[in-house]
Order: sequence, then C-alpha cells, then structure tokens
Amino acid sequence: MIRAGLRSAMILTVLGATGLVWASSPSVSAPPEPPRNVTAVDKPYDGGGTVNISWEASPSADVKAYEVFSHQLAPESVQIAEGAAAENDAVESETRDLLESEGVAPEDADREAEERAGDVATSPIIVSKWESLGIVDAEQRTYTAEALDKFTPYVFMVRAINEANESSADSNQTAPVVPSYAFFDLGKLPLLCFLILICGAVFLFVILARQGMPMKIRTIAGLKAVDEAVGRATEMGRSILYINGIQDMDDLQTVAGVTVLGRVAKTAADYDAKIEVPTSRSLVMTAARETVQSSYFTAGRPDAYNPDLIYYVTDEQFGFVAYVAGMMTREKPAACFYMGAFFAESLILAETGNSVGAIQIAGTASPAQLPFFVAACDYTLIGEEFFAASAYLSGQPDQLGSLKGQDIGKLVVGVIILVGVVIATLMTLSAPAIGDAPSAFHQGFSAAFDFLVNTVLGS
Amino acid sequence: MINLLSNLDRRWIFLAMGLCVGIPILVIGITGKTLPETPTPLAEAFFNEVDVAGESKGRRGHLLMAFDYDPASAGELSPMAISAVHQAAQRGHRMYFISLWPVGPRMIDESISKVIDRHYPDLVYGEDYVNLGFKAGNEQVIKVMGVDLTTEFRTDTKGTPLAEIPMMKGITSLEDFDLIVEVSAGYPGTKEWVLYAATQYEIPMVSGMTGVQAPLMYPYYPGQLKGLLGAIKGAAEYESLVNDWILDDGFRTALIEGGMSEEDAGPLAEEFARDPGQVSTWVEGAQAAADLTPESKAKLIDLATGTIPGEFLEGQRRMGPQLFAHLLMVLLIILGNVIFFAQRRSGGRS
Amino acid sequence: MQVLTRSIPLLITGLAGLVMILSAFFPYTSDWGKTAGQFFNILAAFAFVLGGGNLLKIHLKKVSDQSEGWGYSGVILVCFIATLVVGLGKIGVYPSADHPNVRLSGETQGTGSAFWWAYEYVFKPLTATMFSMLAFYVASAAFRAFRAKNFEAILLLGTAFIILLGRTFAGVLVTGWIDPEGPFGGLRLEELSVYVMQVFNTAGNRAIMIGIALGIASTSLKILLGIDRSFLGSGD
Repeated sequence: MIRAGLRSAMILTVLGATGLVWASSPSVSAPPEPPRNVTAVDKPYDGGGTVNISWEASPSADVKAYEVFSHQLAPESVQIAEGAAAENDAVESETRDLLESEGVAPEDADREAEERAGDVATSPIIVSKWESLGIVDAEQRTYTAEALDKFTPYVFMVRAINEANESSADSNQTAPVVPSYAFFDLGKLPLLCFLILICGAVFLFVILARQGMPMKIRTIAGLKAVDEAVGRATEMGRSILYINGIQDMDDLQTVAGVTVLGRVAKTAADYDAKIEVPTSRSLVMTAARETVQSSYFTAGRPDAYNPDLIYYVTDEQFGFVAYVAGMMTREKPAACFYMGAFFAESLILAETGNSVGAIQIAGTASPAQLPFFVAACDYTLIGEEFFAASAYLSGQPDQLGSLKGQDIGKLVVGVIILVGVVIATLMTLSAPAIGDAPSAFHQGFSAAFDFLVNTVLGS
Repeated sequence: MINLLSNLDRRWIFLAMGLCVGIPILVIGITGKTLPETPTPLAEAFFNEVDVAGESKGRRGHLLMAFDYDPASAGELSPMAISAVHQAAQRGHRMYFISLWPVGPRMIDESISKVIDRHYPDLVYGEDYVNLGFKAGNEQVIKVMGVDLTTEFRTDTKGTPLAEIPMMKGITSLEDFDLIVEVSAGYPGTKEWVLYAATQYEIPMVSGMTGVQAPLMYPYYPGQLKGLLGAIKGAAEYESLVNDWILDDGFRTALIEGGMSEEDAGPLAEEFARDPGQVSTWVEGAQAAADLTPESKAKLIDLATGTIPGEFLEGQRRMGPQLFAHLLMVLLIILGNVIFFAQRRSGGRS
Repeated sequence: MQVLTRSIPLLITGLAGLVMILSAFFPYTSDWGKTAGQFFNILAAFAFVLGGGNLLKIHLKKVSDQSEGWGYSGVILVCFIATLVVGLGKIGVYPSADHPNVRLSGETQGTGSAFWWAYEYVFKPLTATMFSMLAFYVASAAFRAFRAKNFEAILLLGTAFIILLGRTFAGVLVTGWIDPEGPFGGLRLEELSVYVMQVFNTAGNRAIMIGIALGIASTSLKILLGIDRSFLGSGD
C-alpha cells in the first residue's frame, strides 16, 4: 500500500513536472499584461492635431511591441446621428431586399424602403471605435499621434504584444485630450529663421544698393542678346514673337515672364519692331496688354501700340502650341522669346522656331524643359537667371541688390549641405559593428543628424 | 557626302523616325511577340506596395486611384493606369477613382471599361469601385481631402450622394486610404500628392509618371514614394510584373484545384509562368501531373497557350518602337558628330 | 487713375502675400491662406469670358479683313461655336436613369453625346498627334545640336548613349553577358542608366531646384514689397 502510494506520488510528481514544462513552453503562453499609467498630453506650441502618449512598460517579460489606439469622442449629438443613420441604413437595406424578393421593381423597392426606414424611430447608439495608430518596439515608451482632428477630444489606450503575437487586454484609458493648436507653431521656427535670414539679406542689400554700393552681376548672355534679337527683327522687317508660358498669373514664372515682356516691349518700341504676344490664359493677356502699353508709353511711342497683337488663343496646351507653330511657319518671326512655365510643348516651339531661322531666347524654371531649350535655342536662361532677368534688364540698384541677397541664401544652403554631408559621413564612419554598443561619437553625430534632418529641415 | 549630310532636309529624319516607329508596331501587331522585360527595383516596389495594401489591417485594400493625365500623355501613362487597375481588381482591392485634371475622368472611364467591364464583370460599382470624378482646385483639393473628403466630393460622377454608396462608409479623409496610386502627367500631379498627402498624413504612395517628370521625382523614392514608374519603360516593366503574377496565380490555382498541395504548386506555378511552353510537356509526361483532375489539366493548357489580352500588353508593345527609335537617335548623334569633325578638319564652319 | 492701376493692386498684392505667410506660421490663420488662394480661382473663372470674347473678336476681324491665314481663323470660329453650342445645349445627351423624362438631366460628357463624340474622335486624336510630334523633333534636335565641341559636351553624349541604350532591350543585348551579381554587375547598361538618373541627374536637378527656389523667394519678396512693379505696367 505504501509502495502503491509512493508510486502514485511519483506519477503525480512526474505528471506535475511535465505539466509545468508543458505550461511554460511557448506554444501555450498567456497573453501579456497591459502597460500601465498610460497618459496623453496635447503637444504644446504646435499647429494642432498632435498628441504625445506615454506609458510604463508591461510587467510581462516577453513583450515585443506596443500597439497604440485612439478613440475620437465626437459630440453626443453627432454620435446619436451616426448611430441613427446606421440603423436606418440597416432597415432600408433589409426592406429593399425583402421587397425585391417579392417581385417589386427595384426603383419602387428603393422608394418604399427609404420611406419605411424614415418612419422607424431609432434609439441613440454610441458608436465606439478604437482605431490603431501604430505599433512601436518594446523599448519605446512614447508615441506621437499626428494628424488628429484639432477640435474634438480623444482618448487613448495601449496594448502590449508578445512574441506569439498575442495582444494584452486594454490598458487604462487616458483622460480626454483635445489636440488643439497653439498661437504659434514652434515646429516652424527654423523655417521662420531661414525666412528672416534670407529676407533680411535681400533687404540689407537693397538698402546698401540704394546707398550707392556698386552691385556687380555677372554677364548673362541670353539677356545681353535681347537687343541683338530685337535689332535683327527690325532689320529683317519681321516680327518678334513672345510666348509667356502656358500657365496662369498665379505661377511666379508667368509673372517673371510678364516683367521681362515689359523690358523687351520697350526695346521693341525703341526699335520700332512689331511684337506679337499670343497667350494661353485670359488673365495673362490682360496683364501683358497693360505691360506692353506702359512700355510703349515709356518709350514715347503710344501711337505704335496695337492691343490686337496681344491676344488669347486657348487654355489647352497642345491647341496653343499648334496655333503658335502654325503661326511661326506662316509668318516666320525673326526673334522668338519663350519666357515662362512650359511643359511638353517646349521642344515643338523651339524646333519650329529653329526651322524658320529665328533667333531664340528661352527662360524657364521648369527643370524638365531646360534640356530641350538648351539643345534647340540660341540662348537659355536657366532657373534663377530667368528670375534675375527683370532685375538685370532694369539695371535698377534696388533690384540688383535683391539678387545679391539671393546669393546669401545660396551661401546658407551651401553651408548647410556641407555640414549635413560631413555629419552624415562621420555618423556612418563611426557606426558600431553589429552587436556592439554605439560609441559616444556615433550617438553625438546621430543626434546632430536627427536634429538637422527632422527639426531644422523638417519644419 | 559630308556636304549632303550637313545640308540634310530634316524631313528625311522625320521619315526615318516614322519608319522606325511604324514598322515595329506593325510587326508586333501581326506576330503578337513583345521584347522580354526585366523589372527594375522601382517597378517591383510599385507592384509589391499595391499587392500588400490593406494587409496590415487584415482586410482588402482601400486604394485611392488618382489619374491626373490627359490624352496627350495617355500613350505613356495609360498602360500604367490599366495595369494598376488590373492588379487591384485581381487582388480584390477597393478602388476609389478621382482626378485633378479636367479630362482625367475620361482616362478613368477608359481604364474601367478596358479592365473592369471586360475582364472583371463581377465587380460591383459602389461596392468594389467608385468614380468620384474631377474636382477643380489643384492642390487645394488635396489639402481639403486630407481633412474632410466629403467637402470636396459630394457625389460620384453619376450624381449619387456619397452617403448612399456602400464603399464610401468609413471613408471621410485621405487617412482612410491604405495606398495612393497616382498616375501623373504634370501639374497637378505626383509632387502635389507627395507634398500635401503622402508626407503630411504619412500615407503610402506609389506613382507612375512621364519620362520627363521622373528625374524630378527620384529624390522622393523610397521615402515618400514607395514605388515609381517612369515613362513607357516603367509601364512595360510593371505590366510584365502584373501579367506574370496573374499567370502565376492562374497556374497555382489550377494546380491546387487539381489536387496538388500548396507547397508543391507554388514553385511549379512560378516555373510555368516563366516558361509556359513547358506546360504541355509536363501535363502529358510528368508523374505529378497524373494525379491532377482533367479539368485542372485543361485549365493549365489553356493558360499556357492562351494569349494575354491586348490592353494588358500596350506598354510592352511600345518597347519595340522605342528600341528602334533610340537606336536611330544614337545613329543620328554619331552621324552629326562625324559631320562636325569632318567639317572642322577641313576648316569649314560647323 | 494711379490709385486704381497702381496703389490698390499693390495693396492687394501685399495683403494677400502677408496673409499667405501668416497662415504658414500661425495655425489660427491657416484657413485664410486657402481662402486667399480661392480668390484667384474666382477671378480666373471670370477671365474665361474675357478670353472667349477676345478670341471671337480677333478671328472675326481676320475673317472679315481676309488677311493672311484667315481660313484658319474661320476654322477656329466654327469649332469654337460648334463646341459651345453642343456643350451648352447638351446635344445628344442621354437622360440620366434617375430622371428619364428630363432631356437635360444626363451628363454632358456621357457616352454617346455629341460632346463626347467630339472629345473621343477629334480632341483626343489631335492632342495625341501633337504630343507624338515630339519624337520627330527630338530626332532632328539630336542630329543638329549634340556635337562634341568640348569636354562637357562629350560627357553629355556619353550619358545620352547610356540612357538611350539602357532604357531599351539594346542595353540588355550589349551588356547582358555581364554577371548581374558579380563585381561588374553595375556596369550593365540598364543598371548604369538607373544609377545615372538616380545619382548624377538627381544631384543636378536638385542644384537647379535650389537656385529656382531662392529665385522664387527673392522675386516674390520684390513683388510683395512693391520693389518690382513691372508686372503692373511699369517698374519706373
């Protein structure tokens, strides 16, 4: 009997031990415990819609990640309306299906289902919906929720996820937080600093220019050739064609093109050459007419101004270029100016101009079209040269000063690029081998890189 | 000879280009053969991103298909758009079509009629796909959609209020989409979607665009743009990926339905998709084929000998003319330089 | 008159610019910028009428004077009026399913309508034709302009060959024998073309774009502050 008892005890012990082993094997693990003390705070001094969520780690050892959830607390009336609408939809759909199964025509079934759904009194239903914001590694204890509605409160909770991809129960819900905006978005402070720096540089050089400081601007061949082009047109007795791009006045390239048009028109008025300006937008036509008229008045040739030479063609890109290409082939202008925003039609215009033997000067800030203009035109103003054209042609100290200020901006950008490249290179060179802890140097370079990319350049 | 070439009327060049483009089109049209395509990582990334849309949320993907192009660029971009719709439809994703270009809705209609109406008639409008049409305002539309989509789009193109469209339930802003598939010919287009949607709301985005635009968008890959298709080459690569995947999927389904296990069917289907010519030999001779059902064998043969519909080969077909056109341009550049150096050597004006 | 043509426009320009800048930094004003942007859309809509009227005037005058090229002006007028009538009158439009008895209830661009027909069989082919002309012009530009005059031009030509061949099957034929996994795999033309586009081309584009961005900033500032007034008529 004692032996039987001992044997039973041994069996029970073995079974118990086996059970323990079995229970602690990964295939039968329990879900982890939820994280604790989850709190949410509206991010201060931001543009709104951002909340910082933090929590304490889950006591479970095998947590591999945390999943963060939000729930928008819409005003009660909105919740009731949403709930009622959902219930109405359900009634309407059921009614429609029933009627159609009975042979009622679909349009009649729709009408009747709508009427019946409207008659049904619905009880308010609170629509509760937790939305997953994202999953972070187990080492992280914070999460920044962005792009939230700025005017309604939210609550948040976090779940832990273990190696077996089991989720914990919900953590505590945070108190409601409204992700409102501050008076000033501090995240944009670096951008404001750049703005002040560049605008300040422009102001400074404008003031210095007004005080008589000489402003040396390098020669831009395309702009020097304007007089040559207009003179050629006068000698040959043919017209000048000026295309202001195909965008509207809300594009700065078009505005820049109109300012250059003013200068070219003045030269044309001085030389008594005919300048024709077909436009792709009505507002551009209006602005161009004002500009050309004013240029003719300034040149003392108001009688020579003909508003019919500045006209609207069509908004459609290829319709416009078809008209202009046909006109160029028939009238064979001696000089063609392409100043503004262009797209695919740039090569068609430039090649057609080349085929009729015109001297061509182009200027655009559309990088994709620059290669076509460079290949097909005699002179091309690339990017910022085009924006500098108005200042260059006017020769006014104010405007030349602004070009100098712009150069300061380029210097700042160059310095930042250099600093960024050096930091990124040093960060890569000081990276630890796999498995080693990062050195202080690497941590420092990483922090600097992160600050430069995410804070300074990310604003 | 040099004088003749230096004074060559440009119309001879136009004629040569016309022949280089026209003859391959005719040959490809008659024979149906296309040049093989090796997809680049950018095209593969585009394909993979569309493939996994919605997976993280455990449901079918909600794809915002923004077709911002016009007939002028349809030659380059239609194959991309059609392949994207093809992949999404095959994958079972929900497609929400919009456009920021006035003629964009016509491009949407073309894609829907060529893909969904012809090859996926079981898809239900309002439940599987919806056409929200064009909205004026360029990037302003994107900004407003980021906050409240229903402010911009109140009805679909048929005039049905969004509240009455089943698949619009739960869709209130851009954040409710799993992926933005943008096909762009200029402005407004990829850049605006990247700036005001993908970056601001961290929504995954893939884009197909014209060749001229692609160099400007490379900086955005793989950060903001998860996949990028540039020009007709990108379209051809993506098209071949989608066609191969569908063929692979078809072979795999036929093998599994015929009784083969999933582990065995997978690699075999891949081999068949790579080389459909071996299918009939395998069906007739292989031991594993003996266990398949007759219906499954017939389906395998059909898939192997069938032709891919023309609308899913447009991109690859255009690579033939592109090859010869590019070769002509290389030849013209070389010829131009020969003339240049010959004239310089003889002391003539270049 | 100076007040209307100079002072008020400058004031509007300055105020609108200030509102746009404020809306970027002060969240309370973020909607003001959007509203200011919509002012332009409203103006542009009115300008359509102006443009249409000008189009009619110019081309009617050409036709009546029978000046050179007046036949083309006649074509423009006929097409303009026909499209206007067909679109506004909803000619050939099928009524919508919701209101089958109301003739004008259908979409103007619905399949089968006259407007749709004009779009499908006139507008689309013409636009695609114009775009396709680029292929011919690129060839003639390549023949005429790509000369190895100096070192930079030689670099350009080499890059052009890599891209032209790498983007087609020719690249695979020429360098297909190079092992893609080997040390020289990057020299395959298709890999090289992607590398050139992603590295060199991107770097060049970024430099130009930085210059353009600064040019835009400076020009915008000059316009907002009224330093450059030439777009209003004269900078003097």
